[in-house]
Amino acid sequence: MLKKITTLLPFFCLCITSLSMAQKGDTTDLMSRLEKQTDQNTTNYSIATFKTTRLVNGHSVENVGKGVMDVKISHRFGTLNNGAYQLFGLDNATMRMGIDYGITSYLMVGIGRSTYQKTFDAFFKIKLLRQSTGKVNMPVTVSYVPTIALRTLNWEDPNRKNYFSSRISYSHQLIIGRKFSEGTSLQLMPSFIHRNLAEVTGSPNNTWALGIGGRQKLSKRISFNVEYYYQFSGYKIPGTTNSLSAGFDIETGGHVFQLHFTNSRGMTEKTFIGETTGKWQDGDVLFGFNISRVFNIGKRH
Amino acid sequence: MKKLLILFTLFFTGSKTLFAQKYFTKNGNISFFSKTDMENIKADNNQVTSVLNVPTGELQFSVLIKSFHFEKALMEEHFNENYLESDKYPKSSFKGNIADISKVNFTKDGNYPVSVTGDLTIHGITNKVTATGNISVKSGGITGTSKFIVVLADYKVSIPKLVAANISKTIEITVNCLYNQKM
Repeated sequence: MLKKITTLLPFFCLCITSLSMAQKGDTTDLMSRLEKQTDQNTTNYSIATFKTTRLVNGHSVENVGKGVMDVKISHRFGTLNNGAYQLFGLDNATMRMGIDYGITSYLMVGIGRSTYQKTFDAFFKIKLLRQSTGKVNMPVTVSYVPTIALRTLNWEDPNRKNYFSSRISYSHQLIIGRKFSEGTSLQLMPSFIHRNLAEVTGSPNNTWALGIGGRQKLSKRISFNVEYYYQFSGYKIPGTTNSLSAGFDIETGGHVFQLHFTNSRGMTEKTFIGETTGKWQDGDVLFGFNISRVFNIGKRH
Repeated sequence: MKKLLILFTLFFTGSKTLFAQKYFTKNGNISFFSKTDMENIKADNNQVTSVLNVPTGELQFSVLIKSFHFEKALMEEHFNENYLESDKYPKSSFKGNIADISKVNFTKDGNYPVSVTGDLTIHGITNKVTATGNISVKSGGITGTSKFIVVLADYKVSIPKLVAANISKTIEITVNCLYNQKM
C-alpha cells in the first residue's frame, strides 16, 4: 500500500502544480474573455474629427457638446492684391459675430450677424449618423445643416415694391465626414442654396454645389485645413467663382484660433458658396481668422 | 488502490470548487481627481472590468479610456485626443497580486486592509506600482477599494504650459469595484 502511495505521489504533486498553474493562467484567460465581450458590446465613437464646428468658412461635421456655448468672432480682411497702401487688405475688414449652443450632444443651434450685406443668420445642425466601430459599425458621420439668412441692407431701389421675403435666403447642407486616422479627416458637403430674390435679373434663384474639405494634423494642437465648394454649372450666378480656402487651426485649451486665406468675403453659406468673386490666380485672396471660445453654461448629465 | 485514486480525484475536483473561485465585475468604478488652485477636474468610469482570483490573490483591471466621462465635453475630448491619446492607447490595465490575500477571510464579513503590487499600464507605458486598499466582505459580496496617486510624467502624459496651472501633475485615482459575479 505504501509503495502504491509513493508511486502515486508524483502524480498527485503534478495535479496540484497543474492546478495552481491553471489558476494563474485562468485569471488572464477570464480577463481576455471579458475584455472581448466588452469590446463587442461597446460602441466606440470617433471623436474630434475636426477641432471645431467650422472647417474654414463652412461647417465641419463637429457639434459642440451639450450645454456648451461657443462664441465665434470671425474677420475677413481685404484682398492681398490691394497692395501695401491698404496694408495688403488689413485696412478693411468684414466680420461675423456668432453664438452656437449645444442643446444635446447631437443637436446644436446658432445665430450670427455679419457686417457683409448686414446679414443675420440662424441655423441648426443635427447629427444623423456617428462614425463608430465595435457594437455599431458606421464608416461616416453625417450631419444636416439648414440655415436661414436675412439681408438687412437698404433696398437698392426704395421706389420699387419691395417684399420682406426678398431679404431671405436658405441653404441646406449634408455633411458626410470620416476620420481616417488620428491626423487625417475628410468630408463631403452636398449643398443647396435658395434665394427668394435672385441677385440680378436672369441669375438663378437656386445654386447646387458640392463641397470637399479636410484636415491634416501637424501636431496635437495644430491642423492644416482645406475647403472647396464647386458650383454646378447652370446653377451659378454669372461672374462668381468657386470658394477655395486653406488655413490652420490652433487649439489652446478653451480657444480655437483659425487663421486662413480664402477668396470668399462672406461668412454665410449663401455668400461664400454662391457669391464668391475672388480669383486665387489674380491674388484676389484675403486673410481671415475665426476665434472660437467655449463656455460651459448647461449641465451635461 | 482504486479507493486511493477516487480519493485523489475527489480531492482534486473538491479543491477546485473550494478554492478556484474567481470573482469579477464588468461595471466597476474608477474615478480620478486633479486638484489645482485654478480648478478641480474629475472623471468617472463605470465600465471597469476586473477579475479577482481568490486562491492565487491575482487582481487584474481593464479600463476603456473613452469610458471616462467629464463634466465638460471639451475636457473629455482633450483628455482623449491630446493627453491619453485613446485612439492609439484605447485601454489602461493593471495586472498584479494582493500580497496579503491569506489574511482575508472570504467567509467572514469584515474589512480587510490589503496591499497590492503589480504592473500598471497607462498611455502605453507600464510601471510597477504598489497601493494599499481594502477588501470588504459582506454577506458573500466582495468589494475592493483603493486610493492611490499617479504621477503623469511617469506615463509620459505631457501637459502644455498653457494649461499647466489647471491640471495637476499628480492625479488621485479611486477604485471601487463590487465583484458581483463569480465562476
